[in-house]
Order: sequence, then structure tokens, then C-alpha cells
Amino acid sequence: MNSQGTSLRAYVLTRLALAIPTVLILLTMVFGLMRVAPGDPISAALGGRVPPEELEQRREAAGLDEPLIKQYFQYLGNALTLDLGTTINDDRKVTSIIVENGSATLELTMAAFALALVVGISIGLLAGYYRDTWIDLSGRMFGIVIYAAPVFFTGYLAQLLFAGELGWLPSSGRASPIVEFELDQVTHFYLIDTLITGNWDAFWDVLQHLILPAVTLGLLISGVLIRLVRVNLLQTMRGDYVEAARARGIPERQVVIQHAFRNAMVPVVTVAGLQFAILLGGAVLTEQTFNWPGIGAELVRYLNERDYIAVQGIITIFALAVVVVSLVIDLINAFIDPRVRY
Amino acid sequence: MRTPRILKPFAQATGMPRTLLYSGVIIVLFFVILAIFAPWIAPYGFDQVSADGVRFPKQGAPDSAHLFGTTVQSTDVLSRVVWGSRTAIEVVVLALIFSLTIGVPLGLISGYVGGKLDRTLVLIMDALFAFPYLLLAIVIAFLLSDKLGQGVVTAALAITAVYIPQYYRVVRNHVISVREESYVEAARALGAKRMTIIRRYVLQNVIQNVPAIATLNAADAILTLAALGFLGYGIQPTEAAEWGYDLNRAIDDAGAGIWWTGLWPGLAIVLLVTGFTLVGEGLNDVLNPVIRARRLRKPKMDEAEVEAEEEPSHA
Repeated sequence: MNSQGTSLRAYVLTRLALAIPTVLILLTMVFGLMRVAPGDPISAALGGRVPPEELEQRREAAGLDEPLIKQYFQYLGNALTLDLGTTINDDRKVTSIIVENGSATLELTMAAFALALVVGISIGLLAGYYRDTWIDLSGRMFGIVIYAAPVFFTGYLAQLLFAGELGWLPSSGRASPIVEFELDQVTHFYLIDTLITGNWDAFWDVLQHLILPAVTLGLLISGVLIRLVRVNLLQTMRGDYVEAARARGIPERQVVIQHAFRNAMVPVVTVAGLQFAILLGGAVLTEQTFNWPGIGAELVRYLNERDYIAVQGIITIFALAVVVVSLVIDLINAFIDPRVRY
Repeated sequence: MRTPRILKPFAQATGMPRTLLYSGVIIVLFFVILAIFAPWIAPYGFDQVSADGVRFPKQGAPDSAHLFGTTVQSTDVLSRVVWGSRTAIEVVVLALIFSLTIGVPLGLISGYVGGKLDRTLVLIMDALFAFPYLLLAIVIAFLLSDKLGQGVVTAALAITAVYIPQYYRVVRNHVISVREESYVEAARALGAKRMTIIRRYVLQNVIQNVPAIATLNAADAILTLAALGFLGYGIQPTEAAEWGYDLNRAIDDAGAGIWWTGLWPGLAIVLLVTGFTLVGEGLNDVLNPVIRARRLRKPKMDEAEVEAEEEPSHA
């Protein structure tokens, strides 16, 4: 009991220690990439639009005339205290972009992920259970094709069909303009905000806007899960404990449900964590397709405007988020699967 | 004569993996043929907007002159789909060559030499791997575009950066396990040079894993290329036809009920990615002993006439 406690603690400490170099490497990468970019941030964004003297002033104010190494440590310090500066073009604090647009992204990705889990796990289990039958084949084909379809293509088809042809659902945006204008933005999660105020019409409007983007993104992620769950089930079905359970005369149904399914789920947690990167990439594309005002859409907009401060800030947040998520996933794994700790 | 090693999976495959493998190969070959013979297959050039002095209609519906219709810029959709397959295949081949020539040697050396070098590389590659791949590709394509222009090479390099860590990882992990095998030790004891051992004994073994990953990565590369094009950081419309860019333009048409500008390039992406994925999955099924083992065991059970033990659901 005691030794188990120490090993878990040791694992947690090592894992935490390992996260530090990862954060440093990622931040250094972001810094390096942004310095390779042509021109300095200020002249890239404002060049030609303001007089040279003002350009010079703003460069100095931003600390861009300091030596590179000083800028680097300044950046590291700022990133770790989450002070990410202010955008050049529209004078917004990067942290407020993250709160306002990040909540839109979170709302979208969480709905998508929930859908992906339900669809992905059930189809994956069915395909694995009915191995090499037509169920397996169609489950796998569904997974492969849905993963092969870019979100901006499935999204486009969904827009054509459900928004255009049938006219059931809105094709873009997070809410109708009037609803969005009148909404009290407490949490910046529209579903929650409309619920708090008890405004059912607004809630329905927001939900309708969420359906197409969330389903499009969710189906993409489910494609990966199907593949994964199926292979895991196949592997656990060969496990000794499954064989042993069968030998004890436990009915096949129970063997599969109680012994194989459960263990097949363990690696899913890990990979679900890895999907986070795909989810973020997919969110950028989904947001662009459906005009969803999320953080990915903002990133693309600021890239187009060459606002490097905004781009650097948003990418820094993504990098930090990736490290935190993988840390959390590893820790969850260590708790549910003792083998990880050793 | 023995079957060449690279074709072995095709000869060994049976049942469902065989179906997956073969249908994948057919799809990929179809696009390779389109790519090679694009000038003869495509009715018009990828950016051609008129023929015989007559301008093509703008967003014209499919008819006999333009089987897939025309786009908002009056280009022929069918021609762009055909030329797009050339772009896609070019980018995939370049990206594969780049990432293999960098990723595989890095993994080999890192895994074989070990020590500090290995630990540092693992940390860096893991950090790269954890980073959202699309963002990495966007940023790199964006940075390179000023120096190299927005053509095939830039896109291929952006994709390469995403896939190097994957090859590195797989190769390195395999090298670590192979390094201690007795035949490597024997070679070492016989006094073989380090490079010889790496080349002849380690690489030969490790390289077998590469085809399955390479085809799956090729599928991802097509998607990344299209995503870059969709976001406007891919290949410029003046350089070559690219499906992702076409879909970007098509989104605006969707509201007006114009479906032909987006449907065909989109289907081309889905089909080619599916083709590569099927090949990769098929190879995996054949080569991965963990999934394959059951079929090897089954005949034995049949012989012993204990088939009742095998639950019918797996028949």
C-alpha cells in the first residue's frame, strides 16, 4: 500500500519535471519561428501606414531594439506569467482574445468531442466485436472515409444540404445577430449564458448554430477513435484474462462486456489526449468553414494581417495547452493503469 | 526467385486485408495516372479561362463543354481536378523524400548512439510532435513563402516539418530494440565498423516498418496540403491547381446553391486519402503480428476439433 503510494508520487514528480523542458523547447521554438519571420512585428504590420518616426517609436516601446537574447528571456518570462502583450492592429489584449474567442472554440470542440466519443466508441466496439463481418467492414470504411474527408469538405456538403437545400439549420456564425447582440456574456459560453438568463429562444438559436460545426468536427474525430477502439478490442480479446474468463464458463456476452471492453478503453484515454492536437487543427478549419468566431479563426485573421504579436501570443497559448493536456492525460493514466507508473 | 521483400505483404495478404490493400492500390494508381498524363487527360489548362477566343462561362453549370462546370474565375472544374492530382502527388512525393532523408537517419543515429544526443533529440522531437501539426505547417509555410514563393516546394517543406518527428520516433524505438539483438552483437564482436553495422544490420531491419507509416503519412500529407490551401497558405492559384484552394472558393458558392465547384475537388481529396489509408491499413494488418496472430492460431484449433470454443461471433 505504502510502496504503491510512493511510486505514484515518484511518477507524478518525474512527469512534472519532464514537462519543464518540453515547455522550454516549445516556447523557444515559437520565439525562434517568429524571429525568422520577415521584418520585425511592428513594421510588418504597420509598414507604409504610419510615418517612419512613429514606427521607430513603437519599435522601441515594444522592446524590439534590445539584443535578441534579452528579448528571448523577456518573452519566456512573459509567457510563463501569461502576459502576452497587446495586438498591434486592433489594440486588443491577447489574454482577452483567449477568453472571448477561446470560449467559442472550447464550446465547439467540447460538443464535437462528446459526439466523437459516443459515435467512435460504439462503432469501434461493434466493428471489433463482429470482426471480419460486413459490420466490421462498414464500420472501418466509415472510419476511414470520414477521416479522409477534410472538415471543410464535409462542412461544405452539410451547408449545401442542411442550410441551403433543406433550410433546416443556419450555415454560419455562433448565433443570430440580434440574439448575439442582446446576450449577456457572463461566461462567454453561449449555451451556458442563455441558460443562466433562462432565455429559451436564444438557447435554441445558439444550439441550432452549434449543430452543423460540432457534428462536422465530431465525425472527423470519431474516425480516429473507431480505428483505435477496434484494434484495442481485438488485442484485449486475445488476452489471457479473457481466455481465463471463458474457461471459467462465463457467458461470452459477459466476458466481452465486463473483461474485454473495459480494458480496451484504457489506451483510448491516452489517444483521446493526443487527439487534442488534431482537434485544435480541425477547429481552425471548422471555424474558418462555418465563420465560427473561435481562436483558430482569429489566428488566421491575425496571420493575414501580419500581426506577429497576436500570432505569437495565440501560438504560445496553444503550446502551453498542449503540454498541460498531455500532462493531465498521463497522470490520469497513471491513476487508472498501475503499469504506467513503473 | 523469391518475392522481393517490398512486395511480400501483397503476396501474403488474404481475406479482408487483401481487399483493403488491393482497392487502395487501385485508387492510388488511378490518381498517379491522372497526375502523369494530366496534359493529355485534362480538357483545358488549370488556369485557362477561354478557348478559341471564347471566354468560359462564370460559375457555369455542368454541360457537354465543361463536364464538371466552371468556377467563379471561369476555369474548368474537371481540368482543375485532374491537374490538382498532379500537384497532390508531387507534394506527397517531395514531402516523403524530404522527411525520410531527414527523419530516418536521425532516428538511426540517435537510437544506435544513445546517450545525451539521444535524450536531447527525443525531447525536441516529442515537443514538435505534441505541437498542433496544422499550426506548425501554417507557420512554416507562412515563413517560407517570402523566400521560396508559394509553390510545391514550400508546401512540401511545411508538410515535411510535421512528419519528421514521426519517422524519427518509429525508427529510433525500433533501433533501440534491434541494437541488442545477437546478430548485431555478433557483427560488433567481429569488428565491423559502426557505420557498417548501422547500414547492414540495423537499417535493413528497421526499414520494414517504413512503408506502412509512409502510406498513412501520405494520406495525412494530402489532407495537410488541402488544409493549407483552404486557409490560403498553400500553393498559389497562379502556380498550380490545388483542391484545397478550390474548396475555399467553393464555400462562397454554397450559399447560392452552386455545388459543382466544391463537390469534385472535395471528392478527389476524399478518394485519394482513402486510397492511401487503405494501403496503409492493409499493410498494417498483414505486417502487425499482434493483430495477425489470431488467424495463425485458428487452423490449429480446427484440427483439434475444439471449434466450439471459438465463439461464433468471430467466425
